[in-house]
Amino acid sequence: MIPQRAYHYAFVSPALLLSIGIVLVPALLTFAVAFMDWDGASLPSFVGLSNFAAVFQDGVFWGALFDNVQWTVIFLTIPMTIALVTASILMSRKKSGAVYQIIFLLPYVLSPVANAVIWQNIIFDPVSGLLGYISHNFFPIQDPLTDTRTALYAVAGVDIWHFWGYLTVVFFAAMRQTPEDQLEAAFLEGANGWQVFWNITLPNILPTVALMFVLVTIFSFLTFDYVYLITQGGPARSTEMLSTFAYSFAFTSFEVGKAATVALVMSFFGLIASVVYVWISRSGFDA
Amino acid sequence: MTTPSEANRPTVSHFASTAFLVGAVLISVLPLLLVALNTFKPHADIVSNPLSLPTSFNFQNFARAWNGGHFATGIVNSLLLSGSTVILTLTCASLAAFALARRHIRFWQLITIYFLCATTVPIQLFLFPLYFVYAKLGLIGNVFGTALILSAINLPISIFLLRAYVLSIPRDIDDAAFMDGANPLQTFWHVILPLMRPGLITVAIIVFLNSWNEFLITSTFQKGREHLTMTLGYLSMNGTYATDQGAMMAGAFILIAPIIVFFLVMQRFFIAGMTAGAVKG
Repeated sequence: MIPQRAYHYAFVSPALLLSIGIVLVPALLTFAVAFMDWDGASLPSFVGLSNFAAVFQDGVFWGALFDNVQWTVIFLTIPMTIALVTASILMSRKKSGAVYQIIFLLPYVLSPVANAVIWQNIIFDPVSGLLGYISHNFFPIQDPLTDTRTALYAVAGVDIWHFWGYLTVVFFAAMRQTPEDQLEAAFLEGANGWQVFWNITLPNILPTVALMFVLVTIFSFLTFDYVYLITQGGPARSTEMLSTFAYSFAFTSFEVGKAATVALVMSFFGLIASVVYVWISRSGFDA
Repeated sequence: MTTPSEANRPTVSHFASTAFLVGAVLISVLPLLLVALNTFKPHADIVSNPLSLPTSFNFQNFARAWNGGHFATGIVNSLLLSGSTVILTLTCASLAAFALARRHIRFWQLITIYFLCATTVPIQLFLFPLYFVYAKLGLIGNVFGTALILSAINLPISIFLLRAYVLSIPRDIDDAAFMDGANPLQTFWHVILPLMRPGLITVAIIVFLNSWNEFLITSTFQKGREHLTMTLGYLSMNGTYATDQGAMMAGAFILIAPIIVFFLVMQRFFIAGMTAGAVKG
């Protein structure tokens, strides 16, 4: 008879093999390729640290890194705050809250392609968009996507529009776990909405807020879709991110070694946050 | 629980918070409403006022969008890609979730930590070598090759969601099946799998939407006109149809309307899965 344990090894192996083949081995290859000169087709040659030197001397790299840092700061503050406020308001309307959260999630379940193209054409476009209409009939507004000073914030605005509903639903779900007796006691003592939030709701959902903080940090250093779709890093590379920078190395100039180098740098920032994430999630191991 | 003060007398703060919610709803749906509003309008009407109501219902926009966005090809590729990703992910993840929850294997902790790390691994960390390996193997444009990648990306979160369901099934049930002479595969198939059906539905919906909407992997690996998915086909219209916004809006409508309906029908499962991993007690 086949031992029971053998079955369980067989159960875990398809998932493990798939993940190792698609994720782990190519990730290790990325480490190797970062030290090589490779166009993706011919044989790679070892070049030591010269990819790192070239990337770190490139002003675009530092601009991209700065954009990622700005993106992180924006996403850790604006959608977090809006989501916490919205979730707190929904707590006082638990019946209609279920309907509100579905509406707020609509942009989140649509594809980045659909969202980005819709915003470009019917909101931002100076001819066919809402901003163009306002600009022609009421007061002049410049297309924020064509201005190097505003493009990053316009793209971030679209991404926040798409993402904040996710945070709201997560916070709302966490807040509903707040022990009823604590809330009741607070209301009996005449606490106002802010006092209830600050002294009871927020401390109760702090682990969830911490987890979202970490996840948003990770995603901010990896963000790609909306930037690539709306501005491709432009105008004049003002919205270049580490992800779009690496992507153009790999698929425009076929400098895969440099693409791998940038990928390692952005993964490093994600990794710091990931360590914190694993540490926060470890409590789930023994559940 | 309804708080007495909020329920009985409308206060200034209650009014302010209602105004906030209404504003949030408007901002959330405004771009989508604009799509619905302009779907039937000719280009000239959209340019003169994107907020005006359509004066006639012209379905020509849909015909041009359907052809321009290559939606006939796209819908087949998208269904094949998302469908095979869901099947592969569910198969691998449910088996792994069972094994990891029951802990009969050595290294279960190590494997769990590996998948936990894989949840947040950046796609760019493995994308570039993988692409050129795929190119060498002639897998670029192969929906099943791309489905392998999307499955690998969706595996970790699926395993953790399903593992929680297995953990909620008492071990006594395994033991009873064992006493009756079932081997672990029979136990899994006849006992565990039916009990974790809600979890399977939740994961299927989340993985389906993820792979339907995915952009970075899909756009990199599904190159070529005959390999376009629905989203990529629509993206190919962007710019070339700048002077035919009626078709652009109709294309957007074709793309988002089925997803919105799907989400509204399945939202209960979707929200359950979304919050399960994120809410920490």
